[in-house]
Amino acid sequence: MNTGILEFLTVFVLAVFVGIEVISAVPSVLHTPLMSGSNAIHGIVLVGTILIMGEAHGAVQLTLAFFAVLLATLNIVGGFVVTDRMLEMFKAKPADRAKKAEDAPVDDGPGGPTGGAR
Amino acid sequence: MSLDTGIDLVYLLAAIGFILALKGLGSPKYARNGNLLAAAAAVVAVGMTFAYPEVRAHTLNLVLTLVAMVIGAAVAVPAARKVKMTAMPQMVAIFNGVGGGAAALISLVYFLIEAPTKPAVYHIVEVIFGVLVGCVSFAGSAIAFAKLQELMTGRPVTYPAQQVINAIVGVAIVGLAVATVVTANVPLLVATAVLALVLGVIFVLPIGGADVPVLISLLNAFTGLAVAASGFTLDNNLLIIAGTLVGASGILLTRMMSKAMGRSLANVLFSAFGSVVTAAGGADGTGETRTVRTGTPEDIGVLLAYARKVVIIPGYGLAVAQAQHTARELADLLMERGVEVFYAIHPVAGRMPGHMNVLLAEANVPYDELKEMDEANPEMATADVALVVGANDTVNPAAKNTPGSPIYGMPIINADEAENIVFLKRSMRPGFAGIDNDLLFDDKTTLLFGDAKDTLAKLVAAVKAA
Repeated sequence: MNTGILEFLTVFVLAVFVGIEVISAVPSVLHTPLMSGSNAIHGIVLVGTILIMGEAHGAVQLTLAFFAVLLATLNIVGGFVVTDRMLEMFKAKPADRAKKAEDAPVDDGPGGPTGGAR
Repeated sequence: MSLDTGIDLVYLLAAIGFILALKGLGSPKYARNGNLLAAAAAVVAVGMTFAYPEVRAHTLNLVLTLVAMVIGAAVAVPAARKVKMTAMPQMVAIFNGVGGGAAALISLVYFLIEAPTKPAVYHIVEVIFGVLVGCVSFAGSAIAFAKLQELMTGRPVTYPAQQVINAIVGVAIVGLAVATVVTANVPLLVATAVLALVLGVIFVLPIGGADVPVLISLLNAFTGLAVAASGFTLDNNLLIIAGTLVGASGILLTRMMSKAMGRSLANVLFSAFGSVVTAAGGADGTGETRTVRTGTPEDIGVLLAYARKVVIIPGYGLAVAQAQHTARELADLLMERGVEVFYAIHPVAGRMPGHMNVLLAEANVPYDELKEMDEANPEMATADVALVVGANDTVNPAAKNTPGSPIYGMPIINADEAENIVFLKRSMRPGFAGIDNDLLFDDKTTLLFGDAKDTLAKLVAAVKAA
């Protein structure tokens, strides 16, 4: 067997372990953004489509390669934008929480007993 | 340093970026930076690819590449920006599917170029793997999209001799694949690709709507593996690493998700879920004759206003009605009155794990008011009111009590333990899993029919008046 394929196989096997390792402790809140983010990461297939386009000759190959680049671009661009939109929503929290913290003592103090007594 | 080495080094940096990005995506603090890091790594890697002389050798090819990229970006950016957060699962399915399609096309074009020279067997195997997995992911994602977008029924689609047909297609693909390896014949590969598309469709059709999120995660992993196969074909380490990372983590994520539903992955994919659903559908008639108690918004408003502890259990119905802001308004109002309020989030509430968290975060619900199922359940017994908004299957006690039920074993939020249960529902129609919910007929249960946003707004008014 050619050593090239063996080297790639080594990289592949190591990447399997890294892939399992990096996401082993993800809170379920982040499952959707994680799925979406990894979806964007495999959009790097765009690199492959650009490379194959460089080798393409004739109408059939060029057309197929054109669609390959197009689809890969949709994947990578759309994937990252959608993920960012999702994660953007997790962001504005500290300010909001600070506001809540200010309100909380007022709420809990008179509110709690009153609520129970009514 | 040669140009190739330089490019490979940049690819290595990009690969490191992807690994760190995935790690970051797993923690709330670094998730957004993780995504931005991955995007930056991708931009650098794609930009560097143009340094290859082969890529720039033919003007026509280069122009086609750039035009395709411009069109792709021009379509993807507005689509991703404008999509409603409720429709996000479909969007992810589509972006995933096109990635699989791109990977399959790479393998196909490579084979068209190389077939006349009779490439080495392992190269043909890589090509076939890329084409097969890419096509299955592409066609499967398209069907998943159609199911979620409600272009077709969300129910499992079954037909006579389904297993036999699947087996025939499977065997035919194996046969064609072997023949392709032996002969390096292009039409045979094309036939394999077409059958793989068919396989993608028939693989997804029998999977019920409630299981589609798990399926999307699995197809995401498939696309990752197809991309890795393209990497082998093109001798490109970056594609191998990125694709494999997604493939491995995606399969793990898929297992986590099916675990959250209390089922094994095999059960999600191949169970006879369909037939049980049909049986439950037939039982609908008897279900409808049982009596339910409906309440007025005023009654329920008073119940809520004078409760000590209210647990809001949101489901997809809240999301489709875009009622997350109104739900927050109600929660804030109750909290102002001193009622203890939190949201109990089932892991698969909405249509994807974590989907509900995203939707509520969009409505600026503070993170600490969201409780995961495991955290919420011990508190349910002390809750005065469980307010179930547009959820059904995730509170269905059948998952605990009815061994024959298709959702038996799925962990649920124990709404049945609360002192009062209020359902805001559009109708008596069963939930996504298509089965009846006994909790609706419970003595402690009050129903309020209507669009979640309208009913919540009425409750807000009623609580203000109380």
